[in-house]
Amino acid sequence: MIEGVTLVEIMSLTTILFFIGVYGFLTRTNLMAMLMSLELMINAEAVNFVSINKYLSPAILQGQIFSLFIIALAAAETALAVAIILHLFRLTNTIDVKEVKTLKY
Amino acid sequence: MERIIFYLLAIFIVVFALLSVTTKKLYRAAIYLLFVLLSISGIYFLLEYNFMGAVQLSVYVGGIMVILIYAIMMTDKIEGPLRTIPTTWKIVPIIVTVATAATAIYAIVTNSGIQKENVASVTTVDQVGEKLLSYDSGGFVLPFEVISVLLLAVMIGAIVIAKAKKLVDQQKNIKL
Repeated sequence: MIEGVTLVEIMSLTTILFFIGVYGFLTRTNLMAMLMSLELMINAEAVNFVSINKYLSPAILQGQIFSLFIIALAAAETALAVAIILHLFRLTNTIDVKEVKTLKY
Repeated sequence: MERIIFYLLAIFIVVFALLSVTTKKLYRAAIYLLFVLLSISGIYFLLEYNFMGAVQLSVYVGGIMVILIYAIMMTDKIEGPLRTIPTTWKIVPIIVTVATAATAIYAIVTNSGIQKENVASVTTVDQVGEKLLSYDSGGFVLPFEVISVLLLAVMIGAIVIAKAKKLVDQQKNIKL
């Protein structure tokens, strides 16, 4: 744990970070920008897991290993999403969600 | 001292995250996101979980950001600004996110009595490794194996998706 910093402060920080990510996800229409907002949200969750584990039950390591798995899943998700976005760009020449209609019908 | 560093990192994280979701240029958004990820690895180091900080630096800053920047280079039109939803409609996401964040922070602050004080613990790499490969109760060997299979499947899937043809003829077939 961090000397002089309570769990409330860390969790408030990660809550703010998560909702900044939600704001970006709701306002952007570019798929790459939406993916970057998603990274912000995933990072906030990983910090939350680690800090709750460190402050409430430091003897066991469950939350910290969960955050490792979260990072592995985020890497997998990003690779797959980037592949899909690149293929979509080759198909339709745009990655704006307002203009991409390939999967719509 | 740690408190000052934590607050510096928190200011960095919030400011650069806000810049990253509000800037009009996609490259700048990616670079601001890079600063956010670096500051988060600093928080992991402050929490004395050095392995996670190293993983954050190598996987996120070294891997995911490079993939994102290459993908932006291949897809972005450099001249135009980044499109967002219309400005008058932005009031709805602002209200929704601020209200939800305020509710969540209120819930966190009012339930803050469960914290244990002064528990110093450093997580070392061999602790993490033993936990990841142990098959006693509380061990993580099954998710570890599942995630390795998942990473293999994701690699194959990404190659298959990226190698697909342009699908123009197939679209015509679909329309028929």
